Amino acid sequence: MKFSISWLKEHLDTDASLNKIVDAMTMAGLEVEAVADPAEKLGAFSVAKCVGAQKHPNADRLQVCTVDTKDGVKQIVCGAPNARAGIWVIYAPVGAYVPGIDVTLKKAKIRDVESLGMMCSAREMQAGDDHDGIIELAGEDWQIGGDAAAALGLNDPVIDFEVTPNRPDWLGVRGIARDLAAAGLGTLKPDMFGEVSGGFDCPVEIKIDAPEACPAFAGRVVRGLKNGPSPEWLQQRLLAIGLRPISALVDITNYLSYDRDRPLHVYDVAKLSGPIRVRWGTGERFEALDGKEYEVSTAMCAIADDAQVLGLGGVMGGTWSSCTVETTDVLIECAYFDPKITRATGRATGIESDAKYRFERGIDPASLQSGLDAATQMVLQLCGGEASHAFMAGTPPTFECTIDFPVSEVKRLTGLDLDSAEIATILQSLGFGGKMSGDVWQVSVPSWRGDAACKADLVEEIARIYGYDKLPQASLRRAPGAVKPLATPLQNRARMGRRALAGAGYLDAVTWSFCARDDAALFGGGSDDLVLANPISSELDCMRPSALIHLIRAAQRNADRGVADLNLMEIGPVYHNDSPNGQRLSLAGVVRSFPRRHWAGNRTADVFDIMGDVQLALGAMGAPVGNLQVSDQTSSYWHPGRSGVLRLGPNVLAEFGEIHPGILAKMGIDGPLLGFEIWPEAIPTRRAKGGRSKGAQNKSDLLPLSRDFAFVVDANLPTQDLIRAAKGADKALIADVNLFDIYAGKGVEEGKKSLAIEVIIQPKDATMTDAQIEILSKAIIAKVEKTTGGVLRG
Amino acid sequence: MDDTKKLEDEITAAIVGASDEAVLEAVRVDALGKKGRVSLLMRGLGKMVPEERQVAGPALNALKTRLNDLIAARKEALVELALNARLATEKVDISLPARPRPMGAIHPVSQVMDEVAVIFGDMGFAVAEGPDIEDDFHNFTALNFPPDHPARDQHDTFFLNEKNDGSQMVLRTHTSPVQIRTMVAAVERAKKAGTDLEPIRIIAPGRTYRCDSDQTHTPMFHQIEGLVIDKETHMGHLKGCLTDFMATFFETKVSTRFRPHHFPFTEPSAEMDIGYARKDGQILIGQGDDWMEILGCGMVHPNVLISVGIDPDIYQGFAFGMGIDRLAMLKYGIPDLRDFFAADARWLKHYGFSPLHQPNLATGLSS
Repeated sequence: MKFSISWLKEHLDTDASLNKIVDAMTMAGLEVEAVADPAEKLGAFSVAKCVGAQKHPNADRLQVCTVDTKDGVKQIVCGAPNARAGIWVIYAPVGAYVPGIDVTLKKAKIRDVESLGMMCSAREMQAGDDHDGIIELAGEDWQIGGDAAAALGLNDPVIDFEVTPNRPDWLGVRGIARDLAAAGLGTLKPDMFGEVSGGFDCPVEIKIDAPEACPAFAGRVVRGLKNGPSPEWLQQRLLAIGLRPISALVDITNYLSYDRDRPLHVYDVAKLSGPIRVRWGTGERFEALDGKEYEVSTAMCAIADDAQVLGLGGVMGGTWSSCTVETTDVLIECAYFDPKITRATGRATGIESDAKYRFERGIDPASLQSGLDAATQMVLQLCGGEASHAFMAGTPPTFECTIDFPVSEVKRLTGLDLDSAEIATILQSLGFGGKMSGDVWQVSVPSWRGDAACKADLVEEIARIYGYDKLPQASLRRAPGAVKPLATPLQNRARMGRRALAGAGYLDAVTWSFCARDDAALFGGGSDDLVLANPISSELDCMRPSALIHLIRAAQRNADRGVADLNLMEIGPVYHNDSPNGQRLSLAGVVRSFPRRHWAGNRTADVFDIMGDVQLALGAMGAPVGNLQVSDQTSSYWHPGRSGVLRLGPNVLAEFGEIHPGILAKMGIDGPLLGFEIWPEAIPTRRAKGGRSKGAQNKSDLLPLSRDFAFVVDANLPTQDLIRAAKGADKALIADVNLFDIYAGKGVEEGKKSLAIEVIIQPKDATMTDAQIEILSKAIIAKVEKTTGGVLRG
Repeated sequence: MDDTKKLEDEITAAIVGASDEAVLEAVRVDALGKKGRVSLLMRGLGKMVPEERQVAGPALNALKTRLNDLIAARKEALVELALNARLATEKVDISLPARPRPMGAIHPVSQVMDEVAVIFGDMGFAVAEGPDIEDDFHNFTALNFPPDHPARDQHDTFFLNEKNDGSQMVLRTHTSPVQIRTMVAAVERAKKAGTDLEPIRIIAPGRTYRCDSDQTHTPMFHQIEGLVIDKETHMGHLKGCLTDFMATFFETKVSTRFRPHHFPFTEPSAEMDIGYARKDGQILIGQGDDWMEILGCGMVHPNVLISVGIDPDIYQGFAFGMGIDRLAMLKYGIPDLRDFFAADARWLKHYGFSPLHQPNLATGLSS
């Protein structure tokens, strides 16, 4: 919302400076977005008088003028046809910046004649479009050196501020003035318009057939008027806030819309046939003032006569009945349109108009008669003519709101001790009334403040006008006593996993939660319920089923930029369905292993490096890494032969491996890429038995001993089975089993492989005798042979 | 006696001259072995008369001790010589590059989330979470956005495809739905236990979404929500809590300003500005006298409390929401929001943090 200071002063009696006004607005909740002071850029310009003009000796179209300026008499070469002796002009001295032509003036010689400064056109000063000649100030009442901005009526700063949706009354200058008066900036002037009584009955009948959309329509005809350009002051006011003056009648409606949040419409009576009906649309087509055609649906409020639709109620008028310079009789509409229906019509048609913006926020339901009278007075003043009686079709919604207000609420919600008189003064200055005494007040809300509906709203009004800066300030301390853990186990897990992997070389990334639906489909997602109805682009139109998608694409982008060797990870959500439980936390990583050549040699990471990283992260997150089983039953986007699942029973904790080359090909990604997905929620929460104690350390002095075994087993036996079997031979004595060799080939039967393991034995109570070791060895061999079908290699 | 002296001289010379441990051992055997020359002399003691023996015995013993000491000393010297000789052959070019052990980095958003959690944790706030895909009730209606109200327009909401029943899920436009979920859960707990509502203090960091993309807006960004509900917290505490937060977070004195504003879910509502100065294109928080909007806040609207079953005449409190990405940009001088989500390795390394630097107040938030 824009308004100029001079406009504000029509309603607010104040001598506050621009800065003070801006500050007061800010602290009252009218958030100033921009202040444009046209005088600022015109500071270097001043009033001067051209006292002589002679033809340039070397150029037909130029004149050499003598100009009496604040800097003395100057010689200025000028090309304007209207430059002549005796006129008052606007002078720009050497050194001045001329915004309209983006030039800083220098002492110049134009065709050998010295020129010291410039006489400016309106366009050169960015004070208008006129470039036919230099500005001539009318009359003789000028002073040399006078302020150019003031002389041109451009000393009227314009303020642009954000109108929050709860305060439609701020969409009128009067509403702004009221708040600033309450905030102590001055006094609100009485309304300049009074009641109008007409001289004849309104000749146009108005009927409301759609009271839900338009409960009331006040109208009046002014006949015998003359429509033309509106006066200079009105044009200036509209231009200052970026509105284009059209004609007096139209300008009046725009003016009052901004002056008091009172949208209006005018119809050329000569173009009407029969009574005006406010009714639902029937699907007919209609040309609006924006020159576009719209279909008027049955959910839209149409203003129509017997022949056609004249306008979309509260949204936009039509071309047919619009007023022109030929208009002599006008019907003024001052109606109330329902906010929701107006909003729906605006959305369906895509029309954004000042009227729609105001009606959808709700205008003052008590403004119909006074608004109509104000418009009538302006029409009579600017266009002449004769006004009819007003006609009110329907009944405006009644606004009655009284809030039971215990004044103690102010202290309860703000901590502020304010005496009752001060509270009452603030409320009254904003237009609130009612009984303001006793413990519980009955505060009546003014009709333009539909937003104020409860006690807290009143508290805000009081605190806002009193000043938030004056509220007391108190630190918030945690409750005394022991600190409970404030993060959940899952949050702690996520943090540990992230930091463990970053410690191991991974870069922590954050990528979009949405991805391309095609990509989602490759990773088991892309279902209808996870597709965005209004995506920002087709690349981001579906909630991701896996964080791998963006990491894979990022790995490629990095490679394209020369970062070929990369470990990326992300902790973030993935989505299986649109329910609150359909979202899952994932810790995903992608590794593109292209190590730089190293003098000491190097190796490319493989699936077992990734498995190590996954185990590191799982361990950091508190998973029982030693108890996890691995299997190769991975999701479809993993390489079927080079990927694995880590699980505890049926509970999958992680998948890892090479990304399926076919998937990468479909995505246009250079492989190979390794990756993993860890599910922190799947990690079982460790139950703390006996508090935080870690239990006694096993400090056995007995040396562990090791025995090696080799078994020939089927080539496709998962190694894990053999290791588990060996470990299971004596859980008390066997501390660990370490696979140190895999061999197939000469000496080993076709279809078989030899697995060599080192079994670490930790004696418990006493050094083991050879006999005991022998018994244990036999047990190991027996268990492995029985479980795996293998045989001890001779 | 001269013979003994001569023998000692000979053996001593052999010990000193021994060039390695094997030669030295041979010398030792030759002198002190079972049939060594000194051993033989000692064996001869038995044949001496006691008077002679009393003189020769100690002398021979002393000789034996001297030789043993000499051999030990020589052995030590030889070991050292051998080691030095070996080391001389083992020299590497220590200027060769190391085998790299690269560390990764923590994303600024992750780091700042941890920092924020630490600061609010110190004030007794717990961390709460909620889903990114929300229904209309949690994202809007329960937060006092009337259906079809212009206030919703400001949110540039992402909608998911319409369901069969005509409803549409949304991507949460703010973290405020977590307020609702937290309060609903607290009310249910109290009901079940038959007790009063326990005081609530939570922050809810997370991803939020708006259908907006330009230089300063990304369709996804991070917010942190705060909520305090009890029987006495008022707007003065809100001011104090957030002012303390800013000073702790930016690790300097920060001037703050609270301005009235409008949010459907708070009343009274405010926006908070922090003081800053711009010097050589750098933003310096806590200096100068320009104001920058940093967050929205206010007392929880009675309609919100009612919508979750809390009596607004008994309970009260405040809520706030701020942008995490923006906090990170301001504190750590990160220029462009869009880079946050590009997973560019160079950016992550440059703006990222050591994983060992887990923020805490004891060692300094960001030291």
